Amino acid sequence: MQDTPFNIGKQTFKSRLIVGTGKYKDFNQTRLAIEESGAEIVTVAVRRVNITDRKTENLLDFIDPKRWQILPNTAGCYTADEAIRTCRLAREVGVGEMVKLEIIGDQKTLFPDVPATIEAARILVKEGFIVLPYITDDPVSCKRLEEIGCAAVMPLAAPIGSGLGIRNPYNLRIIIEQSKVPVIVDAGVGTASDAAVAMELGCDGVLMNTAIAGAKDPIAMARAMKLGIEAGRLAFLAGRIERKLYATASSPITGLLG
Amino acid sequence: MPSPNPQRNIKITIQLNGDPYTIEGDARLMTLIEALKMKPGRIAAELNREIVPKADYAKITLHEGDQLELINFVGGG
Repeated sequence: MQDTPFNIGKQTFKSRLIVGTGKYKDFNQTRLAIEESGAEIVTVAVRRVNITDRKTENLLDFIDPKRWQILPNTAGCYTADEAIRTCRLAREVGVGEMVKLEIIGDQKTLFPDVPATIEAARILVKEGFIVLPYITDDPVSCKRLEEIGCAAVMPLAAPIGSGLGIRNPYNLRIIIEQSKVPVIVDAGVGTASDAAVAMELGCDGVLMNTAIAGAKDPIAMARAMKLGIEAGRLAFLAGRIERKLYATASSPITGLLG
Repeated sequence: MPSPNPQRNIKITIQLNGDPYTIEGDARLMTLIEALKMKPGRIAAELNREIVPKADYAKITLHEGDQLELINFVGGG
């Protein structure tokens, strides 16, 4: 079945799964899981270089930026200024203009600070960044971010790392319906069926980290997620049947034995 | 500031990633990056809150009290 291309900015991607690189046992496991997931976009965090231990390996030596689109995030930032500074530094590493804008408003829930996210997005878009903001599943906030010029909107499905799945499919449906830029569910997915549900709703993609990295077998879960995303997307394109309260027989009701 | 003739016999202390760091002799940024075995393609630098383009690493000489940040990518979601 013919699918529409998944475009972010001027780039087209085949995989609709975006994966993180946090919480893995080591960089080798990170790379294996990413390969198994089929993801083409990979998120990373921006941190100070470890000066005292110079034997530590560099993530980019395992995740080749020529093969994967690196998506630096602003995780850990609580203000627009911190996030903007982080994005400027991330761009200077030299892996492109794409950034995942994430400004946390509350330490316990890790819900985003919506006004700060909008403020930072406005500046970053003006500076030429391809901005993918992590945001509450609120249609108005998503619309604002789209109007500012964000390349996608990334509403959360549930709190980061919670694995609670798609808690508010109705808000997501509204966001998807109104959005002219890709809608990527970011955070909250726990297992492959959650990813499939997001895609069946019509999301353009799903971003996840903990659901894969925290699984007992991250490599197997990476594959499960790839299949979940593909199954969900195909089901969305295929068009599901209406829900009915009562049964409708699948077999002919004529020609029964007398 | 770019300096075509870096001083050779100096000793300065800068703030590197938030901690004091002493440099003796060649105080060029590129020399520090090489001494720390960092690849310019894997990092970004910020000197006194200003981004330093990679092309300037060789031109910049560090001074006493400079605030230098060197960042790289780590695992994250």
